[in-house]
Parts: sequence; C-alpha cells; structure tokens
Amino acid sequence: MSAPTPLKRRKGGMTPIEPFVSTTNACKMCKPLGACLAFLGIEGCVPFLHGSQGCATYMRRYVISHFREPVDIASSSLGEKQAIHGGGPNLKLGLLNVMKKYGATCIGVATTCLTETIGDDVSMLLHEFRKEFGDLPLPALVHVSTPSYGGTQAEGYQAALRAVVDQLAGSEAATSQVNVLPNFVSCEDLRHLADVFDHFGLDAALLPDYSERLDGGAQEDYVKIMPGGTPVARIRTMGGARATIELGRTLDPAKSAGGLLAERFGVPLHSLGLPIGLRETDAFFDTLCTLAGRPTPRRYELARGRLVDAYVDGHKYLSGKTAVVYGEEDLVVGLCAFLAEIGITPVIAASGGESGRLSCAVKAVTDGLLRQEPEVREGVDFYEIAARARELKPDLVIGNSKGYRVLAKELGIPMLRVGFPIHDRFGAQRVQHLCYAGTQALYDSIVNTVIDKKQTDSDVGYGYI
Amino acid sequence: MKPAIFEQRSKQIVQKREGDEFSIACNRDSLAGAVSQRACVFCGSRVVLYPIADALHLVHGPIGCAAYTWDIRGALSSGPELHRLSFSTDLREKDVIFGGEKKLEAALLELIAQHKPNAAFVYSTCIVGIIGDDVGAICKKVSAATGIPVIPVQSEGFKGNKRAGYEAACRAMMQLVGTGDTSGISPLSINILGDFNLAGEIWIIKEYYERMGIEVVATITGDGRVGDLARCHGAALNVVQCSGATMDLAKMMQEKFGVPVIRASYFGIEDMSKALYDVARHFQDKDPGIMARTAALVKEELSVLLPRLAELRKDLEGKKAAVYVGGAFKAFSLVKCFRHLGMKVVVVGSQTGTEEDYKELAAITDEGTIIVDDSNPLELARFVKDLDVDIFVGGVKERPIAYKLGVGFCDHNHERKEALEGFVGMINFAEEVHRTVMSPVWRFTPRRRGSLQPVTALDAAACASTVSPEPAKEAAS
Ligand code: SF4
Ligand code: SF4
Repeated sequence: MSAPTPLKRRKGGMTPIEPFVSTTNACKMCKPLGACLAFLGIEGCVPFLHGSQGCATYMRRYVISHFREPVDIASSSLGEKQAIHGGGPNLKLGLLNVMKKYGATCIGVATTCLTETIGDDVSMLLHEFRKEFGDLPLPALVHVSTPSYGGTQAEGYQAALRAVVDQLAGSEAATSQVNVLPNFVSCEDLRHLADVFDHFGLDAALLPDYSERLDGGAQEDYVKIMPGGTPVARIRTMGGARATIELGRTLDPAKSAGGLLAERFGVPLHSLGLPIGLRETDAFFDTLCTLAGRPTPRRYELARGRLVDAYVDGHKYLSGKTAVVYGEEDLVVGLCAFLAEIGITPVIAASGGESGRLSCAVKAVTDGLLRQEPEVREGVDFYEIAARARELKPDLVIGNSKGYRVLAKELGIPMLRVGFPIHDRFGAQRVQHLCYAGTQALYDSIVNTVIDKKQTDSDVGYGYI
Repeated sequence: MKPAIFEQRSKQIVQKREGDEFSIACNRDSLAGAVSQRACVFCGSRVVLYPIADALHLVHGPIGCAAYTWDIRGALSSGPELHRLSFSTDLREKDVIFGGEKKLEAALLELIAQHKPNAAFVYSTCIVGIIGDDVGAICKKVSAATGIPVIPVQSEGFKGNKRAGYEAACRAMMQLVGTGDTSGISPLSINILGDFNLAGEIWIIKEYYERMGIEVVATITGDGRVGDLARCHGAALNVVQCSGATMDLAKMMQEKFGVPVIRASYFGIEDMSKALYDVARHFQDKDPGIMARTAALVKEELSVLLPRLAELRKDLEGKKAAVYVGGAFKAFSLVKCFRHLGMKVVVVGSQTGTEEDYKELAAITDEGTIIVDDSNPLELARFVKDLDVDIFVGGVKERPIAYKLGVGFCDHNHERKEALEGFVGMINFAEEVHRTVMSPVWRFTPRRRGSLQPVTALDAAACASTVSPEPAKEAAS
C-alpha cells in the first residue's frame, strides 16, 4: 500500500498544522460495501461477506436506506471460535445455504477486515468447495479481497469488477459486444446509458447493471433474487468484445476491469471521464460515434442543444457562485467539469478516497474555465472539509447526504444531493447525473436551488424571479 | 403452518397452540449464509452508549464500523451533541500489521484536546480483537494524562451478538457510576434506564415522573451526561425500560449500591400507566399523596388519548399485523397496542429474545400466532404473504420487504423520528398505523390486484348536466 497522504488540519488560511491521526465524520465507506454493490449488478448474484455478521447487516442497512429496495447480503457469520481457527467451514456452509435457499446462480464473495486479518485464503477455500461439492450444480463463484483498511468503497467496487472479469471472462470468439463499465452511478443513469447505446445501435454489455434489482417494480411474491443484472454469459464473452468503454478519470487500468480486458484479451480500452457536463458528454458521444460509425442520433443532438440553451438562460443565477463538492473521486471530477462550464467555481473538491489521481483529473477538466483553481483534498473527512468551508464560505454544497448536517446545515447554505448515499431525500435511485439529460437535470436543480434560496431569503415574495 | 425455510431453523419458529408446552430454540449463533437481521457486539454497545452526549465515542477499527453508525439513530440531546459526530482511528494496513496502539493513543489525545469531552469511550471492533491491541492500557494512560475517564468497551463484533454488546456497554458505564457526589438528591428519585431519547421520548417520560413529584437523577442513556452517570447511584430507584439493554447496569448497581430495580415499558396504554403506578407505589410510604397524583395524571392523559383512539379504531378493526423487532419486550407492548386498535398480531418475533421472553409472548398472544426467533427476509416475507397482513412493524431493514410486497409499515426501531412512547406516543403510533394501513396505494400493488377498480369512464354529458344552464337568465326571470 502506498503511504497515506498525511491529513493536514489547516487553520487560518493555508498554513498546515499538525497532521491529524483520527478520522472525524468519514467522507468514505468501506471497501466491501463497494464490492457488494458491484455484485448486486450481476444477474442472479448474491453478495457474500466473509466475516462476522455485523458488517453485512450494517452495509445492508446502508444500501437499503439509499435504494429503498430489499437488499440481501449474506455473511459467513464468524464467531469467536471461527475467528481463531479460521472461517473456512463457515464460508462453505454459508455458500451451500445461499445456493440452496436463494438459488443463486452467482455468488460474489468479498472478504472483510476480520478475515483478511486472520488470513483466510478464500481462493483456496473456494477451490476446495468446488471439489467437495462438484456433484452439485454450482453457481459461478467470484471472490475479491477487500480489506477495508486498504481502500474505500470506490476501490472495492472496482476491485470486485476486476475480479468478476478476471474470474469469469474468457477468450471467446469475437463478438459485436461493447463492454461498458459505467462506474458507480444511479439506476436512472444506468437505464439512460442502456438507451443511449441502443439508439446508437451498439450492443452494450453493461457491467454492473443493478438498475432493475435496486429499483424494481412491486412484486406479488417475495423474489429471492430480484430480476435484472448483467447476465454471467455476457461477462464470459467480454474477452471477445470489440471495445471496452470505462468511465472514471481516476481509475488506474492496472487495477480496473477495463485494464484487465485490454491486457489479457486485447480488447481496446476507451478510458473516459463520467459524462457529466457538456464536454465530458461530448467526448463520450464522440467515442460512441466512432464505434457505431454513425453520427449522434438526433434526439441527443436536440438534448445537447437544449442544454446549451439552458446554460445561457440560467447563467446569471449561477455566474460567480462557489461550491464545495465531495464524494467518490470520479463523481467529484465529473461535477467539477460541469460546474466549471456553468460559471460555478468548485472551491473545494474533496474525497475520502486516496487514489492520488484526483488533483490531476480535476485540473484536466477545469483548466481554462476557472479563474481560481479548486482546492483539491484527497483522503479527507467531513471535519476537515467543514473547517475549510467555514473559511471559504461557498454558496452551495454538492454531494451525498452525509454532508448535510455538518456542512449545509452548519453553514446555512443550500445543498444539492448527488451520488451515494442519499439517506435524507426521496428518489435517490432515480437521480440523474449522466449525459446531456442528466446534466440538464442537475443544471435545473442547481438553478432552482439558487432561486429558492434567493426567494426564501427575501421578504418581497417574488412571484417572478 | 410452519414455513421453516432453513431446516436448521425449524426449532426457532413456533405456532402458539392452546394447551401445548411452549418451547423455542433461541440465542443461537446466526446461521452462516442466512441473511440474518442481526448486528454485532459492537452494534449493541454503540446503541447503548452513543446517546451520552458529552462523551467522546471513538471507534477503534477500520472505517466502516464507524461510518455506518454515524448519527444513524435519532437520540436527541438537550445540550452538547458530541455523540452525533463519528470518530474513528481509521486503521490502515500498517496499523493492522504493527498494531494500532500508538494511533489509538494519538487519536485520543488529539480528540480530547479538541472536543474537551467529559469522558471518552473506546470501542474495540473485530480486528482489534485479532491484532491484540491492549486497549485497556492505552485508556488508562490517556486517562492519567488528560484527567478524564477513558473507558474501553470490549465490543469486538464477532464475540457474540448484540446482547453481548449491551453487557459490555453496561460494564463500561459502571466504571463511571459511583464516582460522583450524590448530595442533594431527593428521597423520591429515580434513574430512567433503557431509553435512548429517540424523537425526544425520554423528555415525555421524564415530564410524567416530574409531574408525580419525582426527581430524575440520570437518564440512561438518552440525553445522557457523564456527570449524571457518575452520581446516579444516589437515586432511590432504577426504572429499567423493557429492552433489556441496560438491565445489566441496573443489576450491577443493585449489587454494588443497593439501588432497587423495577422494570417498565412506556409503549401502549397499559404498560405506560403501569410504569407510573409501579413507581408511585414504590414511593407511597415516603409520599402518601403520590398515588392520587399519578392517578390524576393518567386520567388526564387518557381523556385526550381514548377519544382519538376510538376514532382511529373504526377503520382499523380486524386488520392484521406482523411484528418483528430487536428485543422481545417491545414485542409484548406492541401486541397490547394492536389490541387497542382492534387489530390482530398474527406473527411476532425478535432478534434477541430469550426462551423466557418467548414463553411470555406465547402467553399474551392469540391462538395461532406464529412466534419466531432471529428471522431473515425470506421467512419474514413468507409470513407477510401467507398470513395476508396489513401492516408490518419492524426496523429499517424490514421496510423494503413489506413495501415490495405491498404491505403497510411502521418503523418501530431506533431510526424512528416520531415519539412512540408515553400516552402521546400511543396516539402517534395509532396515527402512523392508520396512515399506512388506510392508504389507498396498496390497492394498486400486485398482491391486491383483484380489488383494483378501474376509474369511471369519462362521460362529458353527465358532467355537463351538473352545471345549470345559463343561471343568469334564471335569476333575471
Ligand atoms: S470491519 Fe471492515 S468490512 Fe467490516 S464494517 Fe468495519 S470496515 Fe467494513
Ligand atoms: S467489524 Fe466487527 S465490530 Fe465492525 S461492524 Fe463488523 S462485526 Fe461489527
């Protein structure tokens, strides 16, 4: 592991004081949570945490509060005995139970801090399991090592995707499929991406795709595993795809699924930023045009036109405003790209993640548009973000719910909720962020947030603003 | 009906039959691979201690354990709000290899200097138990250096279930109890134990006791303070709320300081009244007027509550409920509450009930009621559907199951934002039940497809005829 960036407390401007050892109000979650989310995007897949019960229950609760859908995360439920003697027997018993009772066609095993520390060799245990129970119809078994002391949920998400591709994809015959690795985006974003590829006539294999499992319809019966998700068969053929599009500017191909597909199977990799804002979306659509060999469908040309028109119509409400932006690194980069376009300076761009790539990525997407460079903070907690925000007095808070009380409420500034988790608003699964449509939705929300503040703060009772 | 989906769990699900000897298997480790609704030891400790608002709560471990418990429950404070911040040592790989003691010490020192708490609790999580940090020694050292109590909580997640966490929390609090000055405490005084002041509930209860003429020394732990805990052994009585979370503390205080204990539940009409009367009875020798004052209080509260309840009951009569909560005592109260609404509890269970608890549940429920220990989503869903319930009462993890299947829901867990305790809480509860059960939305869900009526077809002529033609003329003539 690379040495963690020392956390600097700053007081009175930019003078760094004593590095802080503890974390107060974390702006991150733990690695296995990300892995579970990725596994939930595979058809028939049950995420399985190898560790003690508490972690699984906490993560379920966390995910459920965002998506408002049933989320099952199994656990090997290690107790004291197993923690000392090894969790192998519990892991196997747990896998059998999940197979039998859930009818899982895929099980994604993620380790936790406990099992990493006691040194369980999950790869070997799964090998034994396959041998011992080879007579049964076994599900696809995937495992990923996710000690949370080695990264955040974002790394866990990417590690799980890489593990899935590593362990399932084969060098099948060439297909017309385009692998799409969309990053951790909302269910609505996933649906929109699927539409976009459809309209381009491209055969997209979206991985993961939890859009149906985590935002599905009402059911008559309890469905053990909600329908939807990337079929395992589609993952198996990823090695023969004509291209991979991987979204996220801070991803390292050496650790990403797209990188592995390129390395092992020679699938050409198109690394792009999350398509948020005009330019990142243009870049995304350009890539699609090239792949599809056709121009952007008219409906998206129109959407783009409306977006530029809206940028103009609303510019005066926003020009010169400042914002604090935080969350997963790739999302922060996307938001900065967008904010820079509409005249809002992201004075603080922060993340609990520590990829080491955030600064460079933010600079790349904001260069030439901002008069003041954003202060980029990696590996920070909300305590630090708030301390800095108190000094910089931004006009807007943009990020997940966790910043509400300690930032927005504390500083008395309006907040726009994006990303994950959104625990204090309705419809988190359907928040749009991506492409022209998502950017339009974000843009309208931001303008309205600013107007709402102006209207509420004024005694006049403006009916036109 | 015995829908044991996992054979190994069949003894943890029992249907009440009149005349049968009741027995249920419980307090087992959760089954590997079943998605248990249970949490861990750490969760139990955190729940109990976290409302102590002027203490520093430092989670020693990797980030997740602290992140997922950051301000998740609405335990309110009338003063400091240090408990609503999330502190973690955020252990990294090198700490796991070389040990986390140094980091823990530095973290404690800097956080204490920064926030000036009146005490600090240090929670051990799973890997701390494995890497073998001597948390106790660090706490002692920091306590000596800072002059405040720094108390280790032995809450390694894997060392049992939530109940073990309650015990660890009680042992931790016991280190504070008895260290403060008890002078000036009224002979008519109590501690309220086992209430976490969700949605301000402890303020409601405290006000009742004060109206009865009783001094509340410490609220444990809702709206809790370190100083109150230190002197709470001076109270004349410990009143322990149902959940059992703080029962161990009461027992320890009884042993060490001779403070007597009574149990109480503040949910529902009978249990709420009984709690007040029991306390009054305890003090009637010292204050002969207290029984009458209590009776007057109950009467006054009921005069508001009963008429409203009668109104709501009209709609709810005959509807069916499923109850699945953390502790069994809450389940008792809920069974009684539903009776007041004319509703039937057809399935009831808990995460951590004991055999005794379940026997008592069996005694107060109706024939045929299913009683279940440590359930899971598959089972719960099966009950909801097969028993055709109208409302599910549970925690946030059960809500989506209920909603997905088209069943009403009431959040009776620690995340609730409505006060459900006290007489006023009974009204809130009844109203919440009414709101969810009586909503028209269920008719559109697949489960109730049969009852969906299409809208009446648009009939322009019929609508037009209701407008009187040219009223102006009529008026003129
Ligand atoms: S132990 Fe690790 S995996 Fe479990 S909740 Fe804590 S940080 Fe996450
Ligand atoms: S690591 Fe242990 S203490 Fe932390 S949430 Fe998981 S089970 Fe609980």
